[in-house]
Amino acid sequence: MKVTPTETAGQRLGRTTRRRAAESVVRVLIYAAGLLSIVILLAIAVFLFVEARRSIAEVGLGTMLTGTKWFPTGTPKIFGFLPLIIGSLMVTGVALVVFVPVGIGAAVYISEFSAGWLKEVTKTVIEFMAAVPSVVYGFLGVAVLIPWVKTAFGLTSGMTALTGGLVLGVMSLPTVISISEDALHAVPDALRQGSLALGNTRWQTAYKVVVPSASSGIFAGVMLGLGRAIGETMAVLMLTGNAAVIPTNIFESVRTMTGTIAAEMGEVVFGGLHYSVLFSVGLVLFGITFVINLAADLVLERQRKRWRR
Amino acid sequence: MVMSAVLEEVAMEAPFSGTGRSRTYAEGAEEISGSFSLTDVSVAYGNETVIAGVDMLVPSRAVTALIGPSGCGKSTLLRCFNRMNDEIGNVRVGGTITLDGLDIYQKSIDPVDLRMRVGQVFQRPNPFPMSIYDNVAFGPRTQGIRKREELDAIIEDALRDAALWEEVQNHLKKHAFELSGGQQQRLCIARALATRPEVLLMDEPASALDPISTQQIEDTIAELKDRVTIVIVTHNMQQAARISDQTAFMLRESMDQPAHLVEVGDTKRMFTNPNDKRTESYITGRFG
Amino acid sequence: MSVRPTRARRARLVEAIMKVVTGACVALVIGTALFVLGKIVAAGLPGISLDFLFSKPGMGMRAGGIFPVIVGTLMLVALTAVLVLPLGIMAGIYLAEYAPRNLLTRIVRLSIANMAGVPSIVYGLFGLAVFVLLMHFGKSLLASALTLTCLTLPVVITSTEEALRQVPTDLRQAALALGATRWRAIYKVVLPAAAPGIVTGSILGLSRAAGETAPILVTGAAFFLPTLPNSVFSQYMSLPYHLYVLATQVPNVPPEITWGTAFVLVAGVSVVSMIAAAWRSVQRRKVKW
Ligand SMILES: Nc1ncnc2c1ncn2[C@@H]1O[C@H](COP(=O)(O)OP(=O)(O)OP(=O)(O)O)[C@@H](O)[C@H]1O
Ligand SMILES: [Mg+2]
Repeated sequence: MKVTPTETAGQRLGRTTRRRAAESVVRVLIYAAGLLSIVILLAIAVFLFVEARRSIAEVGLGTMLTGTKWFPTGTPKIFGFLPLIIGSLMVTGVALVVFVPVGIGAAVYISEFSAGWLKEVTKTVIEFMAAVPSVVYGFLGVAVLIPWVKTAFGLTSGMTALTGGLVLGVMSLPTVISISEDALHAVPDALRQGSLALGNTRWQTAYKVVVPSASSGIFAGVMLGLGRAIGETMAVLMLTGNAAVIPTNIFESVRTMTGTIAAEMGEVVFGGLHYSVLFSVGLVLFGITFVINLAADLVLERQRKRWRR
Repeated sequence: MVMSAVLEEVAMEAPFSGTGRSRTYAEGAEEISGSFSLTDVSVAYGNETVIAGVDMLVPSRAVTALIGPSGCGKSTLLRCFNRMNDEIGNVRVGGTITLDGLDIYQKSIDPVDLRMRVGQVFQRPNPFPMSIYDNVAFGPRTQGIRKREELDAIIEDALRDAALWEEVQNHLKKHAFELSGGQQQRLCIARALATRPEVLLMDEPASALDPISTQQIEDTIAELKDRVTIVIVTHNMQQAARISDQTAFMLRESMDQPAHLVEVGDTKRMFTNPNDKRTESYITGRFG
Repeated sequence: MSVRPTRARRARLVEAIMKVVTGACVALVIGTALFVLGKIVAAGLPGISLDFLFSKPGMGMRAGGIFPVIVGTLMLVALTAVLVLPLGIMAGIYLAEYAPRNLLTRIVRLSIANMAGVPSIVYGLFGLAVFVLLMHFGKSLLASALTLTCLTLPVVITSTEEALRQVPTDLRQAALALGATRWRAIYKVVLPAAAPGIVTGSILGLSRAAGETAPILVTGAAFFLPTLPNSVFSQYMSLPYHLYVLATQVPNVPPEITWGTAFVLVAGVSVVSMIAAAWRSVQRRKVKW
């Protein structure tokens, strides 16, 4: 079989050039796609700011951030974010109380005590919980938790910060458990064996050696769970009652930042002041989650480096 | 004047252009091609020079064995021949390596072209996750061969050359992973041969295989050597003695200096009457 | 000598207690998941019938089925897939095969991790400002799909990169040694070998996208539409938004309709992504290079 003799030098040379050209076109496309995430993230920040500009100019960022009243459709219109920010923080706080102990406890059990089959089961369960859409959690909360909270605490309405927070806590569990479990799993077995050989029990080993070694990963898991809780929209919108008043306790109705954007964006005039104010709320939200995510990622990166050595 | 310049250019491209030289073994047999000449070759990974001052000739249509203790840079040197070091990143190759007189590290050389002429077989069998046929057809297809009959013929030739044809001729559509380790390695040899290379680099091709498969690979090498230049790295002294015509012994005497070539020469002579004490002690198994 | 056994006994006791406490956390998690699943199946399954799946809502959504809702969701997901897969897979290839180890790559990775944590309603705002208004796509399938593309991108990128990294370097080198260019080696050898991981990762990402409500709420999902969308510039109905509407915006919806919608959503989104996840872990264990 003759492979090349039929071709002239020019033809083969031509192919080389064409191949090189194709290779560089592909390379350009791939680099562009690779950089796309930076572009999108920047674009999000830029466009939130662009749309928020009007409200910053007319109302003022300081006034919005420190205002204690949210009254966007009254006369005069009042755009104070504090009720929303405190609402978000209160709901997130309740969620934190749920997912930190339960999440870390479950991760420790799965990684330090559980049998292989249980690990598989919990993995599937966690994947399921992560895959259930937030609107479904919200709906279940409406159907089950709101009536329960109402009767259990003798309230006039079951739509409270507590209700939203409990559901958010459940929704953040998969994030916290899977990242903490990864961190615990990454701790070398040699450390465990060293501790066990010193006469420590498995719990002492977990408590004194494994968890401290994995602490940065667990911290990152908690941070990401926190980010998820603050950014969650549908469940809180459906469960917290959305009263835009600074709450004094968790049995009151609250209105979160996310819920406000979702509920009010449908009623505003595009380009109007209220529209722009909602983008300011979005900007605050983006800023908070950005810092949380950045912190979590830096911590995770440090942990990754640590065990690579 | 102009004419001669053009001719010179064509001549430069000639080894890659196919003019005046056939890739078909039978026809090319009378031509002398596929010989390397190394002058003062050195390789550095980052700041660490691991090989220095290597001068040697790799004769055409013969088997050259690279031997030496683990970590002395045999694989590294082998990867210089087809510029696979380029793919590792942070590797610098110094000195000159010519293939039939052509400097393979000069700017105008596309390593992709070079690798069509210089094939490689790796230590562990690494068939692609696809059928036996598609594995062997990969190289020819890369070269732009699409016609079915042409591909069929090339694949049969290559599989015959790698002594695998009898076993697989009725299962060409089978997934390559269904073959045994030894068969997979012969498939990888067939895959490399299908690009009609003039040189075949083999990095411990039998070290992951059982004795019978090893024997088959050695037989294949013996079959191939009058048609293609072979450079083989091996840790097995008997194997080097059995299959090679020329042997090169490399040694890195301490970790703070680069490896160098202790001795190159005719295999029979080196195994019976080495010039260097270190060669002798390595061959007789006193170190390494 | 006499102190040690007591201390050991106490340690043993603490261990037993902590095992129960942490075990209870696991039980709580599993129990919650089972409750969610059980409740939705028990209350939702009775409402499911061919008629429910294949007819239009009627009487102000208090009767009939959810056919246009299912179709709208599928169209949205398909359009999102068409947009996100090429971009995400190419970006994954960049990270696994081309990206140098430098500051820029570090920033790319940070951006991807950060994108994954941006609240979905913020994506909604972004989509509204850019796709709906600035680009004049209006509230439409296209605007929503582009928004969900941004939201899903990190998942597709991450799983593509991970799948590519599982492919041994040997294979790349073998292809290069045969004279293949970098891209040919990736396209013909590495990508096919990584395909199962990429496919399941993408299914995971897309099924999450299918369950998102907040971003489509502001970029194109319709409260009610009598007709199916006929172009990418149409509005559409969608399962998660429909569930929200039924649960909170329309009074006196018969429970089997609301629960039936929830059942279809969970079956479509959660079950599909769980199967994908399970398949991926089987695949990971099975493929030994
Ligand atoms: N990719 C790399 N990056 C940095 N250093 C490397 C790399 N590959 C090899 N080296 C170093 O170069 C030296 C030679 O390695 P090489 O693999 O060529 O040895 P070898 O003779 O083939 O060994 P073996 O017989 O064990 O295969 C070693 O010291 C090794 O640590
Ligand atoms: Mg080697």
